[in-house]
Amino acid sequence: MTPSVVLVLAIGVLFAAGVYLLLERSLTRVLLGFILMGNGANLLFLVAGGRAGGAPLIGTTPEDEMSDPLVQAMVLTAIVITLGITAFVLAMAYRSWQLHGHDEVQDDLEDRRVARHAARNAPAFEDADTEESGASLDDEAAEVRDETDGDGDGITDGQEPPSSPAPRTAGHDGDARRDRPDHPRPDDRSDDGKEPR
Amino acid sequence: MSLTAAVLVPLPVVLPLVAAGLALALWRHPRAQRIITVAALALVLAASVGLLVAADSGPIVVDVGGWAAPVGIDLVADRLSSLMLVVSSFVMLCVLLYSLAQGVADGDEEAPVAIYHPTFMVLAAGVFNAFLSGDLFNLYVGFEIFLAASYVLLTLGGTGERIRAGSIYVVVALLSSIVFLVAIALTYAATGTVNLAQLSERYAEIDPGTALAIQLLLLLAFGIKAAIFPLSAWLPDSYPTAPAPVTAVFAGLLTKVGVYAIIRTQTLLFPEDSVVDDVLMWLALLTMVVGILGAVAQNDIKRLLSFTLVSHIGYMIFGIALASEPGMAAAIFYVVHHITVQTTLFLVVGLVERRGGSTSLDRLGGLAKLAPGLAILFFIPAMNLAGIPPLSGFLGKVGLLEEGVAQGTPLAWALVVGSVVTSLLTLYAIVKAWNKAFWQTAPVEIPADTRLPRGMVGPATALVAFGLALTVVAGPLYSYTERAAATLLDGHTYVDAVFPGDSDRGQGESVEVATGDADAVETGGGTDG
Repeated sequence: MTPSVVLVLAIGVLFAAGVYLLLERSLTRVLLGFILMGNGANLLFLVAGGRAGGAPLIGTTPEDEMSDPLVQAMVLTAIVITLGITAFVLAMAYRSWQLHGHDEVQDDLEDRRVARHAARNAPAFEDADTEESGASLDDEAAEVRDETDGDGDGITDGQEPPSSPAPRTAGHDGDARRDRPDHPRPDDRSDDGKEPR
Repeated sequence: MSLTAAVLVPLPVVLPLVAAGLALALWRHPRAQRIITVAALALVLAASVGLLVAADSGPIVVDVGGWAAPVGIDLVADRLSSLMLVVSSFVMLCVLLYSLAQGVADGDEEAPVAIYHPTFMVLAAGVFNAFLSGDLFNLYVGFEIFLAASYVLLTLGGTGERIRAGSIYVVVALLSSIVFLVAIALTYAATGTVNLAQLSERYAEIDPGTALAIQLLLLLAFGIKAAIFPLSAWLPDSYPTAPAPVTAVFAGLLTKVGVYAIIRTQTLLFPEDSVVDDVLMWLALLTMVVGILGAVAQNDIKRLLSFTLVSHIGYMIFGIALASEPGMAAAIFYVVHHITVQTTLFLVVGLVERRGGSTSLDRLGGLAKLAPGLAILFFIPAMNLAGIPPLSGFLGKVGLLEEGVAQGTPLAWALVVGSVVTSLLTLYAIVKAWNKAFWQTAPVEIPADTRLPRGMVGPATALVAFGLALTVVAGPLYSYTERAAATLLDGHTYVDAVFPGDSDRGQGESVEVATGDADAVETGGGTDG
């Protein structure tokens, strides 16, 4: 049998929109993308179940007109799981907003380290893209909003100033987490006593 | 296939779930929670040991709810599953005891016990369900159970750093879940079943291109969970931020569930395919080398260990990609060894952090004098990880290298060389960490009078001893993994156990409904044909 074109198109659209949203920075949009893709996968299950039919109950529908109940059971399970995960991610996005005032998915530590090194070593270069914001790509990468600057006040720790001129970089290491592995600072033990709120 | 053994099969899933419910209901009574959770895991351990013995004479199959296998869900405990169950339940028990002692010592601030206990039990149930599942969709459910629990455990306390790391972890895990779900839907469209035993018969009948696409999708989904190289970047970023016991259990078990799923699907479902094996070989090599280079660059023990974790997944993938009995046996042995040793190391690092106040190697030092016992506790599993001769890590690596040399293809030789180099670099990284933490003059004053809680040292010591015991019983254990590999690769033991006597159905009692459902399944099967 041939699957319904409408369903196949809907799956394609859901996945395309879902992937697009997943590439966003904001956790809420990522979540929306996940929900769209999850529903796309659910529709895919319906297509996998073969032709549509009556309720799969003996005595209600003749056996050869029944729809496949197994896929419906699986879709139901998947929907429940998606619901639970959605609740959790929403809670996490809210907590992130509470702590940082935004719900962006942050760069990971290694990326930030690499970006910082690059920004320190390389002279900022100019091209059509960088002129608009006045900062180089390296600078931008190094200062994607960063929860290690949890207090948001951009206090400098008297740390070796990065070569980039952007003033915001100064606040990078403002966090008081002493055991942060990514910027060991043996010369700066004075704890400014700030904990992320 | 005795009746008593069949009773044991559902216990590893049921007991932790019941314990989770009870622990949640008794959140006001921490002492009752502790007793319930510890008792549940101890019972699971006992049941797993029983299964380990029973499964040696053939896989044990249970149809859940009495619904026959292809329509209902079946749980299958074969040698591989029960071996994984024994090791993981022992490791989880030790980690639970460790975290209990930590909770007592810290006044339960670090790990809010009311949430921690039920979540830990749910995690256990999910992991055990994944090991036992004989059904692709149930495997997905097992994955989701332990993933949901791991989201909670990773963001425990909701500090800024954990939320940051947790967001990345959750997004990556969600993506892998979707990929897995799509793979299952395509599988059902192509074959009309999600039962693993039935799938292993039907994949041979469908278009090879479709089968390959599904195989790669499944590998992608499991590869993200197992942290194979291009898909591994999430791991070193998220694991080190969690509390020590949580990191320990994640590092020991969660990636290995991915590896287990790869072993299971590769051996059972898909016919040998040299192209896929070559791809896996390359991935294994890259995982080893890139992972260990990451570890060498680290200056924090937790992050260093996370990178070695990624790196050593490469060894297991190497064994799987060899696609031969000796290779698979060595891979299974290595999984057992690595679960133990990686969990031990993270637990001991938790003790080091407690004693020295940090995990940064720039701030630790002189601990060998202050805490000589701790130095030994770290040294033994560290050497085990690097693969120093008498220990179990060495035995697993030798098994892999022997089979690699025996196969003798250029790619296998490249992996043999890569394995040795990775092993040496592991030794370098871990010795550097040991020297800095225990040997160098302390750069920061470390208080001399702190005592580590005995309840935390005890489980860590037990795990170190278990790691050593793996070396002592390596002979019987290795022959067990060889038998496990033999049943995995012979292609009929598993299927025969689920469908006894060449029938199309398991031993459930749903004979009445059988005809109608079988028709529906057949209709589904035509979709992609």
